[in-house]
Amino acid sequence: MERYYQPEIETAPREKIIALQNERLAATVRRVYENVPFYCNKMEQVGVTPDDIRTIDDLHKLPFSYKQDLRDTYPYGLFAVPLKDVVRLHASSGTTGKQIVVGYTRNDLDVWDECVARALTAAGCTDEDIVHVSYGYGLFTGGLGADGGAKRIGATTVPVSSGNTQRQVTILKDFGSTILCCTPSYALHIAEVLYASGYTKDDIKLKAGVFGAEPWTNEMRRKIEEMLGLTAYDIYGLTEIIGPGVAFECKEQTGMHVNEDHFIVEVIDPDTGEVLPEGTQGELVFTCITKEAFPILRYRTRDIGVITRGKCSCGRTLVKMTKPRGRTDDMLIIRGVNVFPSQIETVLLDKGYTANYQIVVDRANNFDSIEVQVEISNEIFSDTVRGLAERAKDLAAALKTILGVSAKVTLLEPNSIPRSEGKAVRVIDKRKLLD
Amino acid sequence: MVQQLSVFLQNKSGKIAAVVRALSESGVDIRALSIADTTDFGILRMLVSDISVAKAALAEQNCILSVNEVTVVAVPDEPGGLSRVLSLMAQAEVDIEYMYSLIERGVDVAYMVFRVSDEARLLEVLSKNALETVSPQKLGLK
Repeated sequence: MERYYQPEIETAPREKIIALQNERLAATVRRVYENVPFYCNKMEQVGVTPDDIRTIDDLHKLPFSYKQDLRDTYPYGLFAVPLKDVVRLHASSGTTGKQIVVGYTRNDLDVWDECVARALTAAGCTDEDIVHVSYGYGLFTGGLGADGGAKRIGATTVPVSSGNTQRQVTILKDFGSTILCCTPSYALHIAEVLYASGYTKDDIKLKAGVFGAEPWTNEMRRKIEEMLGLTAYDIYGLTEIIGPGVAFECKEQTGMHVNEDHFIVEVIDPDTGEVLPEGTQGELVFTCITKEAFPILRYRTRDIGVITRGKCSCGRTLVKMTKPRGRTDDMLIIRGVNVFPSQIETVLLDKGYTANYQIVVDRANNFDSIEVQVEISNEIFSDTVRGLAERAKDLAAALKTILGVSAKVTLLEPNSIPRSEGKAVRVIDKRKLLD
Repeated sequence: MVQQLSVFLQNKSGKIAAVVRALSESGVDIRALSIADTTDFGILRMLVSDISVAKAALAEQNCILSVNEVTVVAVPDEPGGLSRVLSLMAQAEVDIEYMYSLIERGVDVAYMVFRVSDEARLLEVLSKNALETVSPQKLGLK
């Protein structure tokens, strides 16, 4: 029997959700127009007023928002309430540029907890579970986001945060944690340390994992499930929208249900900005319709995905988005060919390699080169040079087929690639240093 | 048949030293050793006094390992000794994947370690020509 956190929303008829969205969108747009000069100017530039936005069919009239807008108005320029009503700030690290900051009212935190509670419930979490949160606690939304959802359900929360993996393993074992929340790459690292410490999945009690904050493949999912003996669920979110919990996976594991009563999702052509029909791949765009402090409109996520409204066996009627294929930001252009790190991950795991890999892109004499460094296991190793060279050649050929460009393969020994406790560093693009 | 231990060598300095140190610290004697190298990686192949102790010591160092069987042949230690063995193998179309030698004092034969395309055929050729393979016991391996 499928359990829902809020069946009245999660399994609601489409008309009910549309009615909610229409009402909430119109109210949000009006509030934002009146309180945020930035949006007011932007709407005036395209000749749109709140009176033009009555239903979700009017959404396309609104201008897009971009990450750059958050940077330009840093720190508080997009806040729609006075700071005294803001009870929490979160920031996204500035690894790809200047950092951004978002705010939450008390009600926003409630909405967030609700979204994450739905995700955890879909992963089988009840008030009897022990939720081990290894997302970093702090300005990053992962830790406190997962924590809030678990607390809302009434589960026992273990706020381990990230780092000190040996201790994470001890706690998993000793506390009998049943649900793990962290990035997929960190889940894999925890699994490695578990086995390296002489334990196996039989020594821990995890039954489910809720993993997100970075792109990962289904091959990686199977690997984590196998090593930790759990069912791995994807969770999607962005700091700019709310954090984790914008969309979440159910037992079907074929996409994530978007919390449509709080966020409207659109798929657009990233080049023309035109809204694409359901089932077509494009850039995901989100509009917040219940947030008070930071209600961003038509935010361009740079994530590439597809939305579908088919019937889901879990009973939820919320629209489903596919696992993002990768951010347009993560996309590498190698000699004119678009390459996503997730494609490389799929090939590696498919060929029996580990998920410990790094992609090094460089440029010499105006020629881009891509090198895939991957740690090998005993199963792949051979005592003959020919055997090992053939494995590397076979991998290079598979990469060439999938990517459309040739990549150099470098085989490494275990623990050569630095482990991440948060988001894994998959790509080192040396071209950026040269520019 | 003798068990050989192979270790993956990533192209970085100090790797071989680290492997040898780990073995010496566990009291393992290296009886024979050869290195295959390419531009990208190397393979260290060894016959060691105690393969299970060696495996455990190297696994602790995060080494990538494989164990496989090789044939050790007693070759008459005189001019033309090895040449004859190799000619016989060539005639029988037994291809050599790799080979290396093992130093043993006080015997009148040289020990050669072979990994070949067809082990059974090699043994057949050897016995037909009164050449002997060497057992792990004789080499002090376990």
